[in-house]
Amino acid sequence: MGACVAWGLARQGLRVCVLDEGDIALRASRANFALVWVQGKGLGLPAYTAWTKSAAEAWPCLASELLSDTGVDVGLDQPGGFTLCLSDRELQVNVDMMMRLHNQPNTVIYPYEVLDHTQTRARLPAIGPEVSGSIYCPLDGHVNSLRLFRALHAAMKARSVDYRADHVVTAIEPRAGGFALKGAWGEVRAPRVVLAAGLGNARLAPMVGLEAPMKPSRGQIIVTEKAAPFLRYPVVTVRQTDEGGIMIGDSEEANASSLRIDHSISSVMADRAIRMFPLLGDLNVVRTWTAFRVMTPDGSPVYEQSETCPGAYVAMAHSGVTLAPQHAFSLADYIATGTIPKEAAVFSTRRFRVPASV
Amino acid sequence: MFRRLSDRASGEITFTFDGRPITASAGDSVAAALLAAGVRACRTTPVSGSPRGPYCMMGVCFECLVRIDGVDNRQGCLVIVQEGMRVESQRGSAALMAEPAQ
Amino acid sequence: MTGGTLSREQGIADLVDDYDVIVVGAGPAGLSAATTLAGTKARTLLIDENQTPGGQIYRAITLAQPVDRQRMGEDYWRGRSIAEEFLRSGAEYAPATTAWSIQPLQDDPGRTAGHEVGLSSSGMARLIRAKQVVLATGALERPFPIPGWTLPGVMTAGAAQIALKTSGLVPSGKVVIAGTGPLLYLLAAQLIDAGAMVSAVLDTTPRENWHRAFRHAPGFLVSPYLAKGLKLLKSVQRRTRVIRWVSTLAAEGEGGLREIVWMTGGREQRMPADLLLLHQGVVPNVNFSNAAGCDHYWDEAQLTFRPQVDEWYASSVAGLSLAGDGVGIRGAEAAAIQGRIAGLGCASQLGLIAPVERDRLADPLRRSLARAMRGRRFLDELYRPAKAFRVPQDQDTTVCRCEEISAGQIRASVNAGAGGPNQMKVFLRCGMGPCQGRLCGLTVTELIADERGTHPSEIGYYRLRFPIKPLKLRELAALPQTDTAKVAVLADLADTHHSTDLVERKSQ
Repeated sequence: MGACVAWGLARQGLRVCVLDEGDIALRASRANFALVWVQGKGLGLPAYTAWTKSAAEAWPCLASELLSDTGVDVGLDQPGGFTLCLSDRELQVNVDMMMRLHNQPNTVIYPYEVLDHTQTRARLPAIGPEVSGSIYCPLDGHVNSLRLFRALHAAMKARSVDYRADHVVTAIEPRAGGFALKGAWGEVRAPRVVLAAGLGNARLAPMVGLEAPMKPSRGQIIVTEKAAPFLRYPVVTVRQTDEGGIMIGDSEEANASSLRIDHSISSVMADRAIRMFPLLGDLNVVRTWTAFRVMTPDGSPVYEQSETCPGAYVAMAHSGVTLAPQHAFSLADYIATGTIPKEAAVFSTRRFRVPASV
Repeated sequence: MFRRLSDRASGEITFTFDGRPITASAGDSVAAALLAAGVRACRTTPVSGSPRGPYCMMGVCFECLVRIDGVDNRQGCLVIVQEGMRVESQRGSAALMAEPAQ
Repeated sequence: MTGGTLSREQGIADLVDDYDVIVVGAGPAGLSAATTLAGTKARTLLIDENQTPGGQIYRAITLAQPVDRQRMGEDYWRGRSIAEEFLRSGAEYAPATTAWSIQPLQDDPGRTAGHEVGLSSSGMARLIRAKQVVLATGALERPFPIPGWTLPGVMTAGAAQIALKTSGLVPSGKVVIAGTGPLLYLLAAQLIDAGAMVSAVLDTTPRENWHRAFRHAPGFLVSPYLAKGLKLLKSVQRRTRVIRWVSTLAAEGEGGLREIVWMTGGREQRMPADLLLLHQGVVPNVNFSNAAGCDHYWDEAQLTFRPQVDEWYASSVAGLSLAGDGVGIRGAEAAAIQGRIAGLGCASQLGLIAPVERDRLADPLRRSLARAMRGRRFLDELYRPAKAFRVPQDQDTTVCRCEEISAGQIRASVNAGAGGPNQMKVFLRCGMGPCQGRLCGLTVTELIADERGTHPSEIGYYRLRFPIKPLKLRELAALPQTDTAKVAVLADLADTHHSTDLVERKSQ
């Protein structure tokens, strides 16, 4: 998120400094599932569906801009994606959810298909007999998130962003004409400050009259050794990276206290992955990890300028990969001009203060 | 590349490597049996396809990966060779050959 | 199970769910810790990756014949009594078993009530609980990144020694041994004794090490290493060519080793070879203690990260002790003593011996330990590998063997913003292959430090994740699944009624 916004601002000719933590930090950018994903998002806030859909549509543009700035191919692949269901009940619940999404007032409509076992198998030959059906959405895809991370760093460098690692910010003080950001390392001043510190926003936002509401959300991911390509399309819980490894995820628990791996959760995820694709059973697991999501109370992003300290912005989203083009292009525009785009105005924290009306 | 001391040969075990019959000594690890049979490279890497062979013989380097009885990426230095075992070179990434269950 | 060896046919399915202590690693430290603990009536399980006890240093010692005693020497033979004592101790023993995870169990928040250890053997995984855990995961060879070290035909010296111990294999053809460290001449002597044709020993010990080492000579003069070391050196020099002050080294060949190229005294030389055995000392195998979250620090004398332990070898993680070379390189004799001290510490934690008794028993052990460690500083200084062999000077030299990442790529990434090993992983996938950084971790830390002009202690090490050894997805899928876990994955779709029924029925 931070790197996207910083690069986006630098593209507009602003002088940008990024203050980052060190080698070991709670980074969503190092712990994500790398999907560019539309299906299923925006229940309760249709604007999020539209925001996500236009993000997916802008991804090819982001990928090519990054390629031309850095020479790094982020491996964008948008062949469409599947939600695989292991029982008729699962399929029904997912189908109902997609219908509810599309029945919301003022929502954008996007194509999707509900497929039975045989139809699913025609596109995903490796599925097991327990797969009762699936939902396919042609807008979905994935990237190589490690290369995205590297590309964004290279892109910041290419645009002369002043990137400073090991610069934990401990205080932000509003000053005439701007802000002073302080830490053990010293101080920098800037007329504008963007808080894109993920979980760290909870600590930083109040310093500039902003809120960063989040609920605890912990996810767990399993990664296997490299395997020969077997999966043409990403599945929401199983994807094969372009290097060959299989990623299996992702769980969600209301836990914000411990990054201890829960082997029981790994077991459920592994079991389901094998039932979806029996040939995965003999692959070696090389890594598991847990991470905290940057999860707002309703799961949709928060972008907001401070009313009491104009020039200070907060930006948070748990779908940092999917929304990357929005952050690099639209959100950077917003911050550069101070004018929030109409389609993003709804993403302020005001929505948490009014009784739910949608 | 390696030869066996005459006082250390014990019961003979026969297995195959890429279809070729090889005689090993009971208790040999797969990697040791391959070294004794003059096999230097037992796999190619998934990244560049370059050849590799056993390096550490103690389970830490993962260079002696082979396919054993159809299962890819087994550590040859940690598996004891068994009569009739089918050992094959590991070619790049793990293959996903198994047919999905019907 | 009432103790004793598990037969391989039974496998880990027969282990009970709870032990007083699990010891990981059947080298001298682990064997001694387990023997000591079983002696205090602790229910003890020793698990080990190898088929027979002994670790790497006493590998295959229970199978060794008198002829091996002669071949490998008395230091090797000493492991026999350690292993036999263990096998008689009443501790349970699970050989050919991998430990892939360890996590604290908490009864109350913040209070550790032991650990849960993930084990895998013959395609089956288990989670076994223990009140105390001792990790005795020993050492591994320091990475030796030279051009061509990935070629088939290049191996570690330790690998050749293991092949000799376990299968009686002796290198044939033209053999070159290169590097520095106590094992270098020991291996050369053992291989020559066994009839190998050693073309040369290329000694990379820098000249200045001798000056530095002799500051610590008084300790060394009384150390048991001195006489042994000198005797070995003479014996090797008599029987093969020893080339000193080697300053660069490379292996060459297409598809396999053909030739070795080195510089000494400013002159490049070449030699054909069929097998190159590399060695520049051993370093603690910290993968397990790192993933377990133990605190580590950089030891400048041994040029490695070491876990922090107290006088009973307890780590910074409650209920988790570490002993042997995994804590810092001290050698087999010291490792065995450390294992016994750690065992006493655990027994006392378990309430099986009183602190007074523990201290009384540990007292003579500490004196022996001090004796066994005399001269260690001399060895550390003398066999400190030259920087050129730790931090590759040639940009094309492979550093990460699994992902095939070169020194030049790592240096370039530092300048692109990857300031530490964990950012480096994301930039290059460096250290993300199956060996999980065991063969590149130290090199990467030192390379980044070199490029940034700072110290390795500022850079740190990879943060490692479970499983620290691979296990099959199928094994993971067969572990117990709680209702909470099902809800975490499936939310309101989780079908928890069925398993709740099972639990209820079971508890009736």
